[in-house]
Amino acid sequence: MLNTAVEIAFVLIGAALALSLYRLLRGPDTTDRIVALDTLGINAIALLVLFGIDQASTAYFEIALLVALLGFVATVALCKFLLRGDIIE
Amino acid sequence: MSTVAESTVAALLVLGALFVLLGSIGLARLPDFLTRLHGPTKATTLGVGALLLASAIFFSTGANTGISLHELAILFFLFITAPVTAHLLAKAALHRQASGGEGDQRARSGDQQVARGERGECEREAPQASATLSAQREQ
Repeated sequence: MLNTAVEIAFVLIGAALALSLYRLLRGPDTTDRIVALDTLGINAIALLVLFGIDQASTAYFEIALLVALLGFVATVALCKFLLRGDIIE
Repeated sequence: MSTVAESTVAALLVLGALFVLLGSIGLARLPDFLTRLHGPTKATTLGVGALLLASAIFFSTGANTGISLHELAILFFLFITAPVTAHLLAKAALHRQASGGEGDQRARSGDQQVARGERGECEREAPQASATLSAQREQ
């Protein structure tokens, strides 16, 4: 039962990644692309957690935490650049 | 691993993946920027939350280890940062709309498209729309 659920979840999250990628490529504004990039990062965290369950390995949590941290910092830096024209003033 | 724990993990996995997919469908399909921001910030956070909870239950009820708390750290971090990023993005979008520039024209032509019931072709028709606007101004 668990294997089936993991496979279904893999398919669903793969579709979610594809939809986020579509929005990232299409735009139309810069802010849309930033939201798409942030969502792509969160979907990647979901995928990593799923890999961890699939292979019964706890090594994926650190990677997921790193991806979460970097995604947050990237989004904040991009927003700050759009707002102020500079990141560190 | 008991049957109860296994079925809980399976249900949470499918539910979480469904919410993640819903958030991304909202991101891809909704008509203008603020609605597109609203989709993934809520649904995706809930989806990842359910997935991480499933992972916590899975590794806590496993054969060798005790309670697994790594997932809760990620969950806590995501729940704190999601509103912050959403707030900053909304602020950046409003700033771009208020200060004019191409973001402003695109947003306006997007609104007109939605009012006429035609969605998804904003950027292709944006030059025409701005040309009509400037022609009206000259008259």
